[in-house]
Amino acid sequence: MKRKLFSAWICLALVAHVTTGAMAATKASDGVVKIGVLTDMSGTYSDLAGPGSLLAVQMAVEDFIAKEKPDFKIEVISADHQNKGDISANKAREWIDTEKVDAIVDLVTTSTALAVMKVAKEKNRITIVSGAASTPITNEQCTDINVHWTYDTYAMAVGTGRAVVKQGGKTWFFITADYAFGKALEKDTTDVVLEDGGKVLGRVLHPFPAQDFSSFLLQAQSSGAQVIGLANAGNDTINSIKQAAEFGITPKQSLAGLLMFITDVHSLGLKATQGMYLTTGFYWDRNDETRAWSKRFYEKKKRMPTMVQAVDYSAVTHYLKAVKAAGTDDTMTVMAKMKATPINDFFARNGKIRDDGRMVHDMYLAQVKKPEESKYPWDYYHIRQVIPGDQAFMPLSKSKCPLVKK
Amino acid sequence: MTGFFGVTIQGLFGQLLVGLINGSFYAILSLGLAIIFGLLNIINFAHGAQYMLGAFVAWIGMTYLGVDYWWALLLSPLAVGGTGILIERAMLQRLYRLDHLYGLLLTFGLALIIEGLFRYRFGISGESYPVNELLAGGTNLGFMFLPKYRAWVVVASLVVCFATWYVIERTKLGSYLRAGTENPQLLQAFGINVPLMITLTYGYGVALAAFAGVLAAPIFNVNPVMGSNLIIVVFAVVVVGGMGSILGSIVTGIGLGLIEGIVKSGMIANLLGAMFDKVPVLGSLVYPVKLLFSPEASAVTIFVIMAIVLLVRPAGLFGRER
Repeated sequence: MKRKLFSAWICLALVAHVTTGAMAATKASDGVVKIGVLTDMSGTYSDLAGPGSLLAVQMAVEDFIAKEKPDFKIEVISADHQNKGDISANKAREWIDTEKVDAIVDLVTTSTALAVMKVAKEKNRITIVSGAASTPITNEQCTDINVHWTYDTYAMAVGTGRAVVKQGGKTWFFITADYAFGKALEKDTTDVVLEDGGKVLGRVLHPFPAQDFSSFLLQAQSSGAQVIGLANAGNDTINSIKQAAEFGITPKQSLAGLLMFITDVHSLGLKATQGMYLTTGFYWDRNDETRAWSKRFYEKKKRMPTMVQAVDYSAVTHYLKAVKAAGTDDTMTVMAKMKATPINDFFARNGKIRDDGRMVHDMYLAQVKKPEESKYPWDYYHIRQVIPGDQAFMPLSKSKCPLVKK
Repeated sequence: MTGFFGVTIQGLFGQLLVGLINGSFYAILSLGLAIIFGLLNIINFAHGAQYMLGAFVAWIGMTYLGVDYWWALLLSPLAVGGTGILIERAMLQRLYRLDHLYGLLLTFGLALIIEGLFRYRFGISGESYPVNELLAGGTNLGFMFLPKYRAWVVVASLVVCFATWYVIERTKLGSYLRAGTENPQLLQAFGINVPLMITLTYGYGVALAAFAGVLAAPIFNVNPVMGSNLIIVVFAVVVVGGMGSILGSIVTGIGLGLIEGIVKSGMIANLLGAMFDKVPVLGSLVYPVKLLFSPEASAVTIFVIMAIVLLVRPAGLFGRER
């Protein structure tokens, strides 16, 4: 009897582990323009995207209806993809076939973005990737109806990687999340480090997600590298930084958070993150326009928006404007309109969507403030440098996207 | 110096020490589970959530009530253990006469509710909990820098684990508990209040989970899913150690932590690679095994071991067939 019990126990435990995380899908009635927000609602990336992304999209739709008074109805539905490619692909298929969704946005986590882009291309629907990061999205796996809006691993490498090497960090060791994003980020940063005369002493892959980084950090420590590059994000980065301090690795060796969000800094505190460089597409306190929008977001969410959430607003607004201008929600027509129109809003000045789907805009090199320099809540960054769009993103000449005419 | 297959001696010792630290967590958590299952026959799926509650109560105590770490070590387990007693009295008690699976489902549901509520209120990035000054810093052991706090975790876990084992196996109170599992009616006939004993035992098991949570708070981020990430591994530890075996869960917890440390150091993968990579047919057969034991797959190691143990000794290493 007990033996049957163990097996039942183990089966249920494994099943539970796989399916934990509520899937919230809002059923909406038939609308003309339907937007699906597919994001990580409950896992590693849910703070930097997740419910905040949904909120940003809802704000965009409300503002658009109030300002532009369109003659079509707009609906927003959402779901939790749990960072899994198969769940995302199935959800996208279900949305397009039965829910008549016209555009899918957010798609944080590279594996989900790539999976959904494939499905969307097959079924001719627009995808707007505001969340995921890896360069294959606009290279080997590019589609003509996808836009990669916020940032990518190349921009992170060029921004943060270059800045750290310039500061004297010549020898590197990578702690990398073992999936497409981590490996892409590591590769792009390695290219920059080698280009700028540095050396990579080694790397270790960690399971995604992971809680305990002590053994990986020990390997980084014994390599003797000056810089430990964290090719991971979200909770993984937070835990890596915390535990590195604990093991006395910092400040002797420095940490490079290759992808960091303001929610990570908020969770770790300024004491743990002061002086770290990071590259971002958006900072809430950059100017009056960003402050005004961010305060509205803060009122509802009680957290300042990350660049992913800011983009969800910006990109959806741009999409809806294109639909209105084109007079139809037909995919190809709308996409052509989106690519033909520059983006000028609180997120970007003179932003442009290229043939490979890359939305090119300025990036900002930020450095985290010291605790005594922070005057009010969420006052976390010095903006050290504006990296113009044409330098921040991979030039088309190097692109591996088959759509790019060279 | 390459030492053993790509890992220096220093590297190996460092990884073993880290493995010991993780093993202490596994030990104390699996001890709570083993007690609850061994003495109460309840599969406490809420154990991970109760571990998380322990950490959060400590954090809430520090942030809003000014309760410091040392008091939290005592008060948080008491508080969370108290909720455990409430759960047992109000809900679990009614399920004893039914199939074991009902207890499993109930505690599983509770875990989902508790984690969901905390995730809704606190978000996923979690809150930070600082290390108490007395335990901050560390000593340089030569082969690695050992944070004082992690050494404290090992000591505290081992002390609590062995104290619990001693009480259960060597004292009169413990003998009542063990008798209660075998034959509750007979024990009750002797005048022992068996239901009260069961309630308090569940409360103690839950308090152990909360204690582990407070220990974990300064190391891992205090976040709502910290329990669910760990609980699967802990179940595997209990199964390997032998259901209901107190000593089994302690020894297995530490043992598996050490093995995980060795796997994460990359030594096993390197060893298998050195031996079999160049061998024609055998090499490609061993390759998947090598992948299973590489650092990236360290999360899988414990389950592979569990599968092997269940095939060879289904009752677990220290368990008794019942």
